[in-house]
Amino acid sequence: MANITFITQAGKSLKLAADSGSVMELAVNNNVPGIDGDCGGVCSCATCHVHVAPEDWEKTGAPGDLEKDMLEFDDNVNEFSRLSCQISITEALDGITLKVAN
Amino acid sequence: MPTKKCPFSDFPDPFAAAREAEGIQEIDDQGDPVKMVLGHRNVRKSAHDWKTYQSGAKPGRIVVPSEVNIRDIRQIPFETDPPEHTAYRALVEAWFRRPLEEAYEAALTELINSELDRALNAGAMEVVHDFALPLQSRALTLLLNCPRQEAEHWIGWGTHVFRSDDDPLDSGKANQLYDYLDAEIARAGKDPENGTDLYAHLLRAEYKGRKLTIEEIKGVMILTFAGGRDTVINAVTNTLAYFAGNPEDLARLKENPDLTTRAVEELVRYFSPLTHMGRVATKDAEVSGCPVAANTRISLAWAAANRDPGVFENPNEVVIERKANPHLGFGFGIHKCLGAPHARQVLKVLINALARRVNKIEVTNYEDNIEQWGEFERKVGFHRLQIQIS
Repeated sequence: MANITFITQAGKSLKLAADSGSVMELAVNNNVPGIDGDCGGVCSCATCHVHVAPEDWEKTGAPGDLEKDMLEFDDNVNEFSRLSCQISITEALDGITLKVAN
Repeated sequence: MPTKKCPFSDFPDPFAAAREAEGIQEIDDQGDPVKMVLGHRNVRKSAHDWKTYQSGAKPGRIVVPSEVNIRDIRQIPFETDPPEHTAYRALVEAWFRRPLEEAYEAALTELINSELDRALNAGAMEVVHDFALPLQSRALTLLLNCPRQEAEHWIGWGTHVFRSDDDPLDSGKANQLYDYLDAEIARAGKDPENGTDLYAHLLRAEYKGRKLTIEEIKGVMILTFAGGRDTVINAVTNTLAYFAGNPEDLARLKENPDLTTRAVEELVRYFSPLTHMGRVATKDAEVSGCPVAANTRISLAWAAANRDPGVFENPNEVVIERKANPHLGFGFGIHKCLGAPHARQVLKVLINALARRVNKIEVTNYEDNIEQWGEFERKVGFHRLQIQIS
């Protein structure tokens, strides 16, 4: 089981837990504002953009090539940007904090 | 690795050579030429750069073919730029996400199943006019939250609200829509506080501390009618053609309904119901090494980007389980399709219903709808698709 904290644009903190699926699915299933996942997780819609807390960057890892390409022209991109549909939930993510980007 | 394809379910990519060579191709459009941007990265880059490539030009000019000679009304939020665009979009965004609600999906499922009942009872039909057009029109009543009966008017308008079969820019057709909208806005204006449809929602909306004008409300409604008309009709028709030619994919979706979401995205990528959308350069610029002069047009060729082999493996194959699929079928950036949640839901419910209920679709006759963009000939759908269905 991985506990993941989402910080919304409004500054609200939401602590959620799951042991499978993607981070986007966890957020959508719990109505995290700003994570819409319109395309269902195929890296097309960029409505699941998060900023990983710098200290957790090693746990999530960097985006893959395709994801990096998609992020290149997204709004509010920074060096800790990820599309959360591309982050699979494993125990290794336990305790991370993600800030909703949009 | 090309496989054997049925001619009706194959949608070739006419842009391959030009995308590879220059990445951009100029075409004429009523004396106001358009440089079509073809590569995935350059399309995204240009779509992202709304300061250089604006949408808030003269109404109708960012559409290709240009509609400047047939309309003066600005489509909203589509033909505006930030900060106006941001404020307009905020007024309608939540409304256009209603398709994600359970009750909406349930109503859409009931509606699409009743269209499918009709088709299965008849056993044969012409898909464009007897299935896709009524389905699109009736589904639109859910998006507007208006009586189902209204769709009967809209069905009579044909497959495109601005274009007729023999005239790509028909001002008579546009006036028919404007007159209808004037009457509907006047009706909703009698009791905007208690109204539950999109007209009432817009009449109540506050834009920068004031109410929207009638002209602005019409601008939103025209976009709603025009943007989701031929695009949805083509997507629905092409989906039936695809499964007629590829019954094994329908069988796989029946066995594994969880694949439907990915199949929707993949079919939108492959069909790209909107070939491209224009922008007007606000200053001298450059795309793909080619100069773009201020006050000239480019277009973002979603359909060409969606077959870019640098991004998509086997771009000309439909791979319904394609996992990484950053397609631009609904556009990209701040202007990405407002109606996408509705369109995605229509396709998802349709594919689920076909997978569950249909054993066989057979094409008995068809006439392709081929668009001509300069030298490019692109199949976007069908004028007619005659099928037998059981």
